[in-house]
Amino acid sequence: MAAIHIDLPLTPEKVASLRAGDEVIFNGVLYTARDAAHKRLVACLDEGRPLPFDVRGQLIYYVGPAPASPGHAVGSAGPTTSYRMDAYAPRLLDEGLLGMMGKGKRSPAVIDSMKKNGAVYFGAVGGAAALIARCIVKSEVIAYEDLGAEAIHRFTVRDFPALVLIDSQGNNLYEIGPKQYQTEEQNG
Amino acid sequence: MRQISAETIRKKVYDLILQASYHIGDDVCRAVSEAREKEPSPAGRAVLGQLLDNYAIAREENVAICQDTGMCVIFLEIGQDAHVTGGDLNEALNQAVHDAYTEGYLRKSVVRDPLYQRENTRDNTPAVVHTRIVPGENIDILVTPKGFGSENMSRIKMLVPADGEQGVIDFVVDAVRQAGPNPCPPVIVGVGIGSTMEGAALMAKRMTARSLDAPNPDPRYAELEQKILKRINALGIGPAGIGGRCTALAVNIMTAPTHIAGMPVAVNLCCHAARHAHAVL
Repeated sequence: MAAIHIDLPLTPEKVASLRAGDEVIFNGVLYTARDAAHKRLVACLDEGRPLPFDVRGQLIYYVGPAPASPGHAVGSAGPTTSYRMDAYAPRLLDEGLLGMMGKGKRSPAVIDSMKKNGAVYFGAVGGAAALIARCIVKSEVIAYEDLGAEAIHRFTVRDFPALVLIDSQGNNLYEIGPKQYQTEEQNG
Repeated sequence: MRQISAETIRKKVYDLILQASYHIGDDVCRAVSEAREKEPSPAGRAVLGQLLDNYAIAREENVAICQDTGMCVIFLEIGQDAHVTGGDLNEALNQAVHDAYTEGYLRKSVVRDPLYQRENTRDNTPAVVHTRIVPGENIDILVTPKGFGSENMSRIKMLVPADGEQGVIDFVVDAVRQAGPNPCPPVIVGVGIGSTMEGAALMAKRMTARSLDAPNPDPRYAELEQKILKRINALGIGPAGIGGRCTALAVNIMTAPTHIAGMPVAVNLCCHAARHAHAVL
């Protein structure tokens, strides 16, 4: 199956067309945020302050990159485990965020919010961090610089490969994929 | 009494941190490569291929295999006839962590207070140091940076003697099942059986860094390792958790005497970026 090329930011139409298991290739701009940044973003919403970037249509990548060594735009930059952002993600989806990218399971509440808001959850390969960094051509810190690796970065990506893990209808590759390969032997 | 300077230890630990962070062990690389040959899932094979490419890039460019360069766990076996001179051993270890993580472009992932401020220490200190005094005059150093994607999926349970072999198998398999895609499979499953609660956890951690080429020296436990591995790889979780037959590369068990009333079992998962480096001074 050929990979689907997606220019970022996302559009509702593009997101609606994606299905769990689709391979995608991103070009354009995305934002990073992980635990501490999410806490601050939701605190902004709670206090009625503006977010440091307009999340509408955007893709947030759950990553805390390693520092860039000379000659690199960014250090190794693979996905972190997404469930730690589950407590915050529905708030951002309600604000118009259309995509999240990380690795690992999501809560039923996040999946419900994705269905309600027409959003999608992408996965990059955890641990393939030096390989992924080659697809990030530019990195700028746009907020929360004091958080170090947890600051919000704006990444410009070129031919960044990912998979659709959970689509906007709630189809989940983490359920569909393993079902095809599990055997009775798991029960001993 | 043999004199070993704190500075010698600092330099060695510095080198080991960089080696572990950039260069995956041959045993892990070979295991992933063999898993790719056997993996029936095309998507799983593609993931394993990406991991092999990633190991190669990290090795060639001297960059971190994974952006989570972990907490720096150091196992020290200090010969009782070795004498550390010229400074504080713990300061030397933390200086090595500070220098390697700063100069080596490794991510600083440690916060000082675990609950309240969670302020980053900005140099990845302190190291997590486990020291054992042993006969001899050498210092054996094992550096194993530990990422938290897999650490967070680790579990411990105080089984009772009546739970027996089946209880151990079910608990370990269930830990991997519950973890699903989160710990970055294929994983290495470190298991500690026996001792006390903290003793079991420490053995499980040590087993995440056992060579994949060395099965358990006790044939009963070597067989148990294979039995558990077979069940784990029948879960279908697969590489990156998207379906496949390779969910774990190995199950490594370490045991210790325990109390008549108990059978603690700890499971420490380690992702495929199973980083460790070893030296003897």
